[in-house]
Amino acid sequence: MTGGPKLVSILRQGAYLIASVHTALDDSQMVRFRDDLVEQIGRHRSRGVIIDVAALDVLDSFGARTLRTIGELARLRGAVTVIVGIQPDVAFAIVSLGMSTGSLVTALDLEEGLALLDHGVGAGRSTLPDRRRPRR
Amino acid sequence: MTEDHGASTRTSLSERADHFRPTGDEDQLLPQLVAHLREHRTKLRQEWAGRIQDSGLLHAMTPQEMADETTSVYDNYVGVLETGSVEALQRYARDLSERIIPRGVETHEVVGIVLLLRDVLARSLFEKYQRDFGLLNRVLDAYEPAANRIANTVAVSFVEERERIIRQQQDSIRELSTPVLPVRERLLILPIIGILDGERARQLTEQLLTGIRTHRAKVVVIDITGVPDIDESVADHLVRTVDASRLMGASVIITGLSPLIAQTLVTIGVDLSKMDTIGDLQGGLEVAERLLGYTVTRDVGMGGP
Repeated sequence: MTGGPKLVSILRQGAYLIASVHTALDDSQMVRFRDDLVEQIGRHRSRGVIIDVAALDVLDSFGARTLRTIGELARLRGAVTVIVGIQPDVAFAIVSLGMSTGSLVTALDLEEGLALLDHGVGAGRSTLPDRRRPRR
Repeated sequence: MTEDHGASTRTSLSERADHFRPTGDEDQLLPQLVAHLREHRTKLRQEWAGRIQDSGLLHAMTPQEMADETTSVYDNYVGVLETGSVEALQRYARDLSERIIPRGVETHEVVGIVLLLRDVLARSLFEKYQRDFGLLNRVLDAYEPAANRIANTVAVSFVEERERIIRQQQDSIRELSTPVLPVRERLLILPIIGILDGERARQLTEQLLTGIRTHRAKVVVIDITGVPDIDESVADHLVRTVDASRLMGASVIITGLSPLIAQTLVTIGVDLSKMDTIGDLQGGLEVAERLLGYTVTRDVGMGGP
C-alpha cells in the first residue's frame, strides 16, 4: 500500500491470510485493499482468506460490492474467502441495498471463520456446509 | 350558571343551540323541568328500563345491574340538566364504560340507551305541557340542547374509554414483543405470536441480529405458528432478516408457516430460495440440532412415551 498508514492489516497465518479492516474505507482505499490482498494471495500461496470487518459500523454499497468482488477474485486465485464479524446493522444494510449475497461466505467471528476454513468450505457455499436438502 | 350553560351549548351543539339564548323567563324553565323529572323519577325510570328491554339493548347485564345503572344514569342525566356541567357525567360515563366494555357492550347500545332516555323524558314533557304549545316549545328549546350535549358526552366518553383500552392492549402486545431464547449452545429460537406488523418486524430483526451476536448463534429457528397472516412488506422484511442473519454467520430455519401465509408468500412472489422452512417447531429443532452436530437419544429405561 502506498500513501498514509495502513488501514487494513493483512497477516499470514499458515495457509490463510487474515485481513482486519480497522476503520471505514473510502472507495480508493477499498480498491487499494482489494489489489493488495489479491496480490498477497498469490505471493503466499494462500488457500483461505478471512476478512474481519467487525470494526465497521457502516458499509456502503461500493464496499459491499468490493467484498463480494474480492471473494470472486480470491476464488480465481485459488483461495476461499470468509467475511467475519459483520455487525447487525451492517448486515441488514447490505441486505436492504438489495445486493445479492449468494456468493459471500460469512461467519460470526474470526474463530468461526477459521473453523469454517479448516472444514474446507467451497466457494459459493452457504455458511453451513452440510445442508439437508438440495437447493433449487 | 346560565351563562356557562349558554356558552357551552353554543360551542358544542346543533344549530338550534345557536339561536337559543337564555332569557329571564327561560331561566326558570330548566329548574322547573328538573323538578318535574325528579318528581316522576320512579315512573320515568321504569318506563325507560322497559324501553331498553323492548329494544333488546344491554342484554349482557343482569336485571339488578340494569336497575342500578339506569338509576345512576337517570340521576346523572337530571343532574346535568340542573347544573349544566357535564364533568360529573363524564366521570361517571368513563367509569361505566370501564365496567361494561369488558362485558361486550357495544357503542350503539350505549348511545341507544341514552337516546331512549332522551326520548322518554321528552315524551313526558310533551304530556305535561301539551296544553300550552308556546310553553312546550320553550321547554324543548331549553331541554334539547342540554339533552344533545349529554348524549354527545356519554358517547364520546365511551369511545374514548374504548380507544384507551385498545391503546393499552397494543402497548402490552408490543411489550410482549419477541423473545430470543437460547435452547442449546449456539441455537436460538424465536417464537412469534400475534400479528406481525412493520414495527414488530423491525423489532424482531434487531433482536434477532443482536441475539446472534451475543449468543454466538449458528442456527436460529423462527417459529411463526402463532402468526395469523403477513403482508407483502413484512414478508419481504422477513426474507431480508434471514439473509442478514446469514451474513452474520447464522442459518435461519422458519417453522410453522400456516397454509394462508404460505399462499401469501407464493402469491406475492417473495424470493423463497433463501428461506429454509420446516413444517413445525419440533421438526425445525431436530434439523437445527443435526446441523449443529447434536444427537439426541432417549433413555428407554427412564419411561416417557
